[in-house]
Parts: sequence; C-alpha cells; structure tokens
Amino acid sequence: MSSNHPGLSNNFSRSGEKFSWSKDNLRSIKNIISKYPKGREQSAVMPLLYLAQEQNNNWISIECIETIAETLNMPKIRVTEVASFYSMYNTRPVGENLVQICRTSPCWLRGSNKITKTICKETKCEINDTSDDNKFTVVEVECLGACSNGPMIQINNDFFEDLDEESTKKIIDNIKEGKPNVIGSQKGRRSSENA
Amino acid sequence: MSDDLINIKVNQKEIKVDKNLTVMQACEIAGEEIPRFCYHDKLSIAGNCRMCLVEIEKAPKLVSSCTMPLMEGMSIITNSERVNAGRKGVMEFLLINHPLDCPICDQGGECDLQDQAMYYGFDKSRYKENKRAVDNKNMGPLVNTIMTRCIHCTRCVRFATEVAGVPELGMLGRGENAEITTYLEQSITSELSGNVIDLCPVGALTSKPYQFKARPWELKRTDSIDIFDSVGSNIRVDSRAEEILRVTPRTNEYINEEWISDKVRFNYDGYYQQRIDTPYIKENQKLSISNWEESLKVLKDKLKTLKPLALIGEHVDLETGYAIKKFMSNYGKDNVECRTDNHAILESLDSYRFNTPLNDIENSDLIILVGTNPKIETPIINHKIFKAYNNDAKVFNIGENISLNYKTEYLGESLSYLNNENLIKALKKSTNPLIIIGSAFLNKIKNNKTLKSIFSYADKYKVITKEKNNLNFLNPYASRVGQLIIGNTTSNLCEPFSNLKKDNFELVLSFGSEYISNEQFNNCFKVYFGHHGDDGAMGSDIVLPTPLYTEKNGTFVNIEGRPQEAKKCHNPIGSAKEEWSILKKLSDELSFDFIPNTFDQLRSELFDKHPILSDYHEIIAVENPTSITPDIEFEDCKAEYPVSNFYMSDVISKNSVTMAKCVEEIISTPSLLEKSA
Repeated sequence: MSSNHPGLSNNFSRSGEKFSWSKDNLRSIKNIISKYPKGREQSAVMPLLYLAQEQNNNWISIECIETIAETLNMPKIRVTEVASFYSMYNTRPVGENLVQICRTSPCWLRGSNKITKTICKETKCEINDTSDDNKFTVVEVECLGACSNGPMIQINNDFFEDLDEESTKKIIDNIKEGKPNVIGSQKGRRSSENA
Repeated sequence: MSDDLINIKVNQKEIKVDKNLTVMQACEIAGEEIPRFCYHDKLSIAGNCRMCLVEIEKAPKLVSSCTMPLMEGMSIITNSERVNAGRKGVMEFLLINHPLDCPICDQGGECDLQDQAMYYGFDKSRYKENKRAVDNKNMGPLVNTIMTRCIHCTRCVRFATEVAGVPELGMLGRGENAEITTYLEQSITSELSGNVIDLCPVGALTSKPYQFKARPWELKRTDSIDIFDSVGSNIRVDSRAEEILRVTPRTNEYINEEWISDKVRFNYDGYYQQRIDTPYIKENQKLSISNWEESLKVLKDKLKTLKPLALIGEHVDLETGYAIKKFMSNYGKDNVECRTDNHAILESLDSYRFNTPLNDIENSDLIILVGTNPKIETPIINHKIFKAYNNDAKVFNIGENISLNYKTEYLGESLSYLNNENLIKALKKSTNPLIIIGSAFLNKIKNNKTLKSIFSYADKYKVITKEKNNLNFLNPYASRVGQLIIGNTTSNLCEPFSNLKKDNFELVLSFGSEYISNEQFNNCFKVYFGHHGDDGAMGSDIVLPTPLYTEKNGTFVNIEGRPQEAKKCHNPIGSAKEEWSILKKLSDELSFDFIPNTFDQLRSELFDKHPILSDYHEIIAVENPTSITPDIEFEDCKAEYPVSNFYMSDVISKNSVTMAKCVEEIISTPSLLEKSA
C-alpha cells in the first residue's frame, strides 16, 4: 500500500480547531480507563484514539493526539507512535464515507478488481483520494475478515458483502441520494451460510 | 551465593554465571563477542535488530541472545556455521535499505554497521528493487540527521525516554514506513541530547558542528575533564594540529557513566573565539596591545607598592591555585578568594562538597532539592536523580518552583520549609534520604548558625549516620572544591565576600574571575589573567593571556572530592603563558620565595603539601567531620540560582556559536505548540 493511504502516513496535521471530548465520550473514557489496572491507564490509548477519530470526522488531528496525551498523562510522541502504526487511524481528513475495498487474495479471486474500478468510476475519485464533493474517500485495504463473502467493502462502520458491479453501483448511488442501504450480503445471504 | 550461580556452556566451555544475566552477557563473560546494534547495557532491552543471534542446544531456531534469560545447563554456541548464516541473513536485510554512502558519512571509520558488515556482509546485493529514502528530520542545532541510514535500533528513542528523561523521540509508522523522529520535528530539549550521537550505531544521527570536519583516524586523542560544571565528567578531546574538532565522553562508571552534557560536547568552537592572545595595557581608558616585557614591568612596579588581592575563577586548576596561594603568601594572609559568589562554607570538607558518591544517588528513596536546579547546573547529577526517581524515590523541592524532567513536590521558597510537615513525615519513613543544598541558598546564607543547623537537621533525620553522609552541597563550578581544599579562601567563612572592605586592597589580580568587574574594585588597579575577552578583561588595566584547560596540564577536584587530571591537548593560542610561570617570573624579580622551575616540580610540591590530592580518581576522605550542634534555626533568605541559562553560563560557552544557536532554537523559540496557540 502506498504511504498516501490516509491511515499509513506518518505526517499528522492540525485541524485548526480545539479538540475537547464530548460529554458522552468523557463518560465512555471513564469506563474504558477503569478496565485497566491502576497505573496502567495508558493502555487505554487505542480505544481513546478510536473515540477521538469518531468524534473528529473520522480522522486524528494533532489536536486529538494532544488531548489524548493529556487525558492519559502520557508523552505526545507515544500517542503519535500508536496512531501512526495502525492503518485504521486516519492521519488526514477523509470524506464523509470512507470506502475500504478489500483486495486480499479471496476477495481478489472473486473479482475485487472490478469492484474497485466501479467504485472509482462512480465516486469519481482515484484510490487514496477524496472526491470533490467530500462525500467519498476510497482506499484499498488488506483482509477485513469476511473472506467467505467476498468480494466485500467497508463503508464507515458497515460491511457490504457478496458484491458485483451492479450492487456496488447501487450502494454508492443510494449513499449519494441519501437513501438507506442493506447492510451485509447483497445476495440476501444470512451471515456466511452456504450460498 | 551459590544459589545465584548456574552452570552453562558457551562453545563447550563450562562456566558458572549469575542466573539473572542474559545469554549475551554470559557469552561476554566467556570471552565471546556477540555482534549487536540495538542492545546497549545502559538502556532497556529491545531485541529488534536480531544481529545477536546464537544457537542454543535443543532450541529449534536461532535465538536473539540479548533478550534470552539463562537457564541451568544451557549450552550456547556462538561460532557455528548456522549462527554465521543467520547473522549474515540479518545483515543482508539491514543493508537492503542502507545507503552505500560510507565515503561521505561522518560515522565512517567508527561505524558499528561498517565494522560488522566486514564480518557478516556480502560484497554484492541481491536486492533489485528500489531502496527506500526517508526525509531528514529536524532534531535541533546539535544533532544532524540523515534518516535514510537509520536501521531502527531505537537506541535514541530509549535514551531520550530512559536516560535523558525527555520522551520526545519516537518511531512512527511500521515496516517500510518506520521513521525515527521527534514530536512534530521539534528540537530535543534535553541537556544530554548529544549522547544520541554516540549511541547511534550508524550515521543516522551525527554531530552537526562536526559535520564533514574530519575522519576519526586523523584525530589525536587527549584525555581530559569537563570543566563546565562541577561533576568532572571524563571527556576525550579529539584534535587535529592545533585545533579541537570534537569532544566525546570517556566511560567512568563512578561519575558520568557514558554520558556528557551538551555544553562540554559542543562549546569547543568557543575555545577559539574572542581569545586574548597577547598582553594588553590600558592607556587613556582604552586597552591597547602590549608585550610581555612591558606589561610585566608595569605589574611588577604595582606589586611593589600596592596591596594585592587575588580572585580565582571557575576554570582554575589546582596547580595554578597553589601557585597563586604561594605567591600571595608573600603579602600576608586572607588575600586569595575563590568564593566570589559569597558561597558559605564551614571549616571541614564535608560542608562544601557532594558527600554522597555520585553513583550512589540512584539508591536513595527520598531526595530533597534545596535551592538547586540540577537540570541546568549539573545535568549528569540530574540524570542520577532521575534514575532514583524511576526507582520510586520521592523528590521534594525548596527554592523556586523550577521545572525538571521528573515530578517534584514543591514546598516553598525559604530554608525554613525544611520543617514542612509532609517532608518530615516522608523523612521519618525514608530509609535512605538525601539532601542537596545548592548555591541558590549557599550564596545567600550569612550566618554560620544556619549551616550548622542544616547539619543538625540532617543528623536528626538520619541523613547523616555513622556509615554514610547524604547531606550534599552542590555548586556548579569545576574549580571550587579543589581550591577550597588547598585553602584559597579568606578565613571568615560565612562572611559574604562582598563585605570585604574595599579600601583594604589596592590591586586586584583576577585569574579568570569575572567578579573583577564588580564596582567594589572601581578604585583598584586591576589585572586580568585569562583566555577570553569579556567583561572581566574589558574593565582591567592589564590583561595577560593564559592558556585554556585544553592547552595545559592541570588537576581538578570534582564535586564529590575526586581529583582528576585534564591533559594538555595542544599549545596555547598566541603568546599565552601558564599562570604559574608568570608568577614565577614576577616573584624572581621581586625576590620572593617561589621555587618551582617546572610544572612537574610545582605539582609534586602541591602533592607534598596536600598528599590527599595525589590519589587520582579516589574520593578524598573527610578528616574532621563537621561537629553536630543541637539547635536547628534557619535564617530567612531568598534563593538566587547561579545558572539561569544552561547553554551560556561562562565566558567560553558565551563565545560559542553553537551554544548561541541552542539558545535561539531551544530556549528562545517557543515550541510549535505555543506558536499555534
């Protein structure tokens, strides 16, 4: 994967706006930290990065890192290290819908290349780019763990499985028009039962 | 302790070793050298370079020896074909992304990777793909980075976190994208940051001022002592012809371990700036160039008629101090003073030195900083306190609420806070408490009683016991303890020096002491012996050039009372003459009693008079410990810290361009954080 992938870049940037935890998140943080032994609160850095990303339009800004470091009383560089290590923490702003296309062998054998092409065409953006209307960011990722239902994509928090070109186009169109989508298999399969 | 020893075999050789060691340490005891990049015995174990692979009988795969604990009966093989092949494989991977730029790399000739590639490297690369290139990172004015050369051993990251105590370095990304950087590429703010240059096993982190200056095999090595603080760190001065090109540490486990401060490492360019290279005499309110004959003649005439006072500066070695004392004894008593900062002391050695051996600080469980900022006064001692802090020691602070790289509990600004309730509670619980009284208070104390009270206080709370004395006095000056031992001070010990009647003396001889420019000497005839033109020289009537510590031999006693020798590296600049030879000439002409004809004679006379000083590297024993009086009464004084700017604390570092850059980029420039706020 190229380092242009929003989750794999080591360069963080500022959003220019102050980042402070929302009330709900403050409550969850308290809960999360209580799960770790006393003196080991810093272990909560990963769930906190996840919360921060959720609250901050799906990306980690320098402000987020500084807030987390302060919350957990740990050096900022340590938070940065963790955020840059994992590809699911985005280091730069992404579109409203982050489309992650699985390209690992099982999905690829079932035609993930076609899915990628369709998505790029429909969203009018290249891999690792954000569309002009800021609706989509398209990235290729390695295995998301739904191999028996490949090819598959993940859009924000939802999996869309058993795709072909047609159903992919429909999903993107629905998002563009603000219509709801069927989550999971697009062939009506329950979980990964025999097709 | 046979319980702790286990039997192992290294290359079929049977040895008994401590069971708490690692395989690598055991192999070293057995005399086998193990190649390594990431392992360093002062840092935590990372095990990420994989260069130290060894074979262990019954283990299915090769094992990284630095991370492997020992077991009874273990049989380790370090020289088999399999081990060799394993290490060669690791080396090949390391070299995949390492550039072939050794000819232009500053590390060339003293590079671990270069050396080990001689044993384990191939002459050809099998890697046909593109090599990776990494952007260079800013780490400040001292550390130069060429990050493509980095092999990700993370020694620098661990050093910054564990030794320097500034967690600012880290490794971002992973795999091919891994990069070492400081947070947002800000300068490293540690006073020990230069040590990452020595730690880096490749040429990724090198010295900025030394960049492209020399090759290691061209340099002449001279063993010397750091005179820019009182710790007496052992240094090695590397020079070519008559110029010092770099300063690096020498290992001394009792004092500086393997580290030195950035000031001594990088201020050597200041050695050659603003140097006084010829005698000057003041004519019509202006210093004009003179010569030795003329200036000494004027000085001799003045010495015949006027009553002199000698001031001793912070860089004066013992031999010079002894010569000064001997010369001044011709004019009576109490006319030599090194405590120009009003440093209060008592008679005995234990009232002005660091009584705890420096490598023992880390064993303390309670440290009380009283009027001292070890971070900028003595970074090495600060590192030792940081070590104690990491061993769960509690640190209290009295004086100003200074910021250090570890947490302290601030009590208050005056000495009387020693009676703070929390502190007393902690003292009573502590098993090995330690007090450090710094110059910020010592220079302000006006009453002997206060100093004695500190001793009684220490005795009361078991800081001083029969076995040990953990009451420490810390001043930042390299010359101070030694000069006090040979008695270069006026007899009224607690009397502030500035109270000396100014009309008592008519002639002031300053040996590198900037205090000569104080207004109390306005009516005196002033003579400055020194190497750098600063306020002291500017205001004087005669200026005589003397050599720097690297241009003559000399003995310095460090803060814990350990005499050490700084050796001559090259000849003095200009027509500078050693102080003792100037005094010798003057006393010959004045028909004084001043015998030594050579430096060696002077030194042996000094050692005859003070035999305790002749035992280099050993801590001097206290002959008459300060007696303990029952009352405890502290006077009220306000702390005034002697060093406010680490990078510019004396005439030499004030003239260093590198140090000026440090002030600009590390101290003056607000960090990116504050900028954006």
